[in-house]
Amino acid sequence: MAGLRYIEEVVTLELDGKKCNGCRVCMQVCPHGVFEIRDRFAHIADRGACMECGACTLNCAQGAISVSPGVGCAAAIINGWIRGTEPSCDCESGC
Amino acid sequence: MSECCPPKVNSAANSSCGSASADDAYQYAPQPFVTGELSTFGGAVSCIATELTERDRRGGVRVRLGFRRSDYRVKPGLYAIGEPDDTAPVLVTANYKLTFDTLRSELKGRSLWLLVLDTKGVNVWCAAGKGTFGTDELVSRIRAVRLEQVVSHRTLVLPQLGATGVAGHAVRAGSGFSVAWGPVRAADLPAFLDAGNQATPRMRRVSFTLRERAKLTGVELSVLWRSRTLVALAFVAVLAVAAGLGAPSLVGVIGFAAASALAAVVAGAFVVPVLLPWIPGRTFALKGALVGALAVAAVALAFADAVPKLALAGLSTVAVAIASYVAMNFTGASTFTSPSGVEWEMRRVIPWQLAGLFSGVVVTLAGVVFGWRA
Repeated sequence: MAGLRYIEEVVTLELDGKKCNGCRVCMQVCPHGVFEIRDRFAHIADRGACMECGACTLNCAQGAISVSPGVGCAAAIINGWIRGTEPSCDCESGC
Repeated sequence: MSECCPPKVNSAANSSCGSASADDAYQYAPQPFVTGELSTFGGAVSCIATELTERDRRGGVRVRLGFRRSDYRVKPGLYAIGEPDDTAPVLVTANYKLTFDTLRSELKGRSLWLLVLDTKGVNVWCAAGKGTFGTDELVSRIRAVRLEQVVSHRTLVLPQLGATGVAGHAVRAGSGFSVAWGPVRAADLPAFLDAGNQATPRMRRVSFTLRERAKLTGVELSVLWRSRTLVALAFVAVLAVAAGLGAPSLVGVIGFAAASALAAVVAGAFVVPVLLPWIPGRTFALKGALVGALAVAAVALAFADAVPKLALAGLSTVAVAIASYVAMNFTGASTFTSPSGVEWEMRRVIPWQLAGLFSGVVVTLAGVVFGWRA
């Protein structure tokens, strides 16, 4: 993903190291290699690469990871603004 | 998401559509890829081919171009590839036929089970984001096909990108099956399975290669036919006619408006996606504005003699704003933009896009009002 980095400083990912049991699932589900295991427990190695997909949060049985998940899609966010709802992928709303 | 997520078709949550019940009655197309039947302790299972036909390929091209993309589904349930027995691996996937075809064509010469979830014809990553490729659907599908009677082991291989919708630990609690997270790409499945369900770090990374970006420009094209875009184009057309009426050459002004709008769309929907890593700027909108400005400037040079200066400046500014907006929309098709980042970008750039649009219109109309001597 050389050259393909985005607005890194606004990423909402947080890891509570005290809750981690070292199961490594976050490393398996993260599509951008954000986590690493050091001293048997997970650490955030590259927060700026996080796209906030929420896979780690959902799959952390210990509840150690938090992120404000969603789709990084301008059209979805505009839909949310127009309808006053959460961002939504339902681009064509002409039901 | 690897392709801009299509609309949630006939969503039960969207009751105003009045089609929630029609969803259950989706008419699945005939399934010519079924080659026979395998009888198991859990019942009969359809065997499927791993060779794609010309028709499968044509269907893939069709949906990539955005034609009836939500109407390309495989019937959910359990399928057999090769001659699987009770120890064969179980792979889980979505019922978007393009996904299903990609997966089976990568599994030639293998024997395994394929559990297809009902994702309403949406690919794994987008369906996981919507929750249709989710824990509840997986657990109930395992029950519906009586999987525990078909296989003697208790492991499912799921695509890694399904992890935004499926919680592995919850699947285990709900069904007794544990989840092994497979690779991101179907092409890596043979190596993953041969290594005893182990993925290399490379298999776990989502990519966004030149080839993948180029493929997605087709999807961007279909985005152009949304009503919002058509309204914008109609607006440019009206503006061009208004500006052209007072000008020496109506045809020249309209021609420039059309050519610059086209250049803007090509810049935002094709050039920016394909050249993404090499264009300066962090925000997609800035990348779009830069490429758009270059493209529109080239068009403006070609029309410099035929179009009055104010119309040239005004319509060019409108076109650059359009290029910026179109490029910003590619965030939805990219595989690395966070929602926090996209919102950050939008809050900063949309005022500039609106300012460009507004000032462009004002300058163009000023040309009409004050005549074309300027």
